[in-house]
Amino acid sequence: MRAVALLAAVALAGPAAAQSQFEKYQQMTAEGSPVELFEMEGEALWRKPQGPRNVSLEKCDLGKGPGVLQGAYAALPRYFADADRVMDAETRILHCMVALQGRSLAEASKRLFGNADNPSEMEYLTAYVAGHSRGVRMTPGTEHPKERAAFALGQKLFYHRAGAWDFSCTSCHGQENKRIRMSELPVLDRPEDARPIVATWPAYRVSNSQLKTMQWRINDCYRQMRMPEPNFGSEATIALNLFLTATGQGAAYNGPGTKR
Amino acid sequence: MAGPMKMRATLGNGFTDVRVLMTHPMSTEQQTKGQPHFIQNVTVKVNGKTVIEGEISQAVSRNPVFSFRLAGGAKGDKIEVSWLDNKGDTNKTEAAVA
Repeated sequence: MRAVALLAAVALAGPAAAQSQFEKYQQMTAEGSPVELFEMEGEALWRKPQGPRNVSLEKCDLGKGPGVLQGAYAALPRYFADADRVMDAETRILHCMVALQGRSLAEASKRLFGNADNPSEMEYLTAYVAGHSRGVRMTPGTEHPKERAAFALGQKLFYHRAGAWDFSCTSCHGQENKRIRMSELPVLDRPEDARPIVATWPAYRVSNSQLKTMQWRINDCYRQMRMPEPNFGSEATIALNLFLTATGQGAAYNGPGTKR
Repeated sequence: MAGPMKMRATLGNGFTDVRVLMTHPMSTEQQTKGQPHFIQNVTVKVNGKTVIEGEISQAVSRNPVFSFRLAGGAKGDKIEVSWLDNKGDTNKTEAAVA
């Protein structure tokens, strides 16, 4: 009975009051964020010679030329001619591990999602790469035919209902003023909602002390929808990432972020 | 092997604001069933002189962030923050006030 009364009170307080609470919570978590530590670990890994060729990732071309990190994350996902496909940051890093360091795809992708005690190489590296785009406007690739095809696929997947619960992304991200615990659920096909989201991934999650990548976010959304697990860097996850990023393009990148 | 630390020290309005990030599991008695691992002591030095000696507990989160406000200070002052945990591990970082 008490819970019911509390819920009613929250509802009566209206969206304006609730909004400021969420924002205050966001601000407080960001102030205490250790996300820069992940960038530091990522820098060490970026410079560390590894793999059969014993070379570092310093010559990795993230779209701005070999070794150019400045603004690279903010211009992803985009089409890469050398791989003849659209790639996001994590997929491109994985590509460089194989192409530059001579590692097998199986070895490089053995452990892409880490945990609090032992974050993954991919998580550290993504934080490091993303940190070089602070303040840079998000301009993912939307011109190349393959970029347009990926956007269209991502858009289709976003609305596609499937699985045991017949969920689509819009089941959670299609209505205004919904939330899960202290996380507001943005309506991700609206630019004003998508902008602050795409500008803050990857992100440190204070609730489990882990840095998470966008590839993880999409993977876990599929888990929450009770759908089969998508492959890391698959056509589908990159297409969804491009759809979301292109919807939120123009925002100044403000990550790596901090979330609940 | 202790993970990285990062610190910023900035001067403004007659105060030096120090913000320091530490990598540490900060695991509690309950989480580890009797094998807690947490930072016990935090020491802040300015130009070699100890200004803060703090004791913290298991109640502090993983990868903690601390902020200190020190009265006065000058650009270029050397701030050193070190920690010591219950297993005897230690780490420190230095930064000049900017």
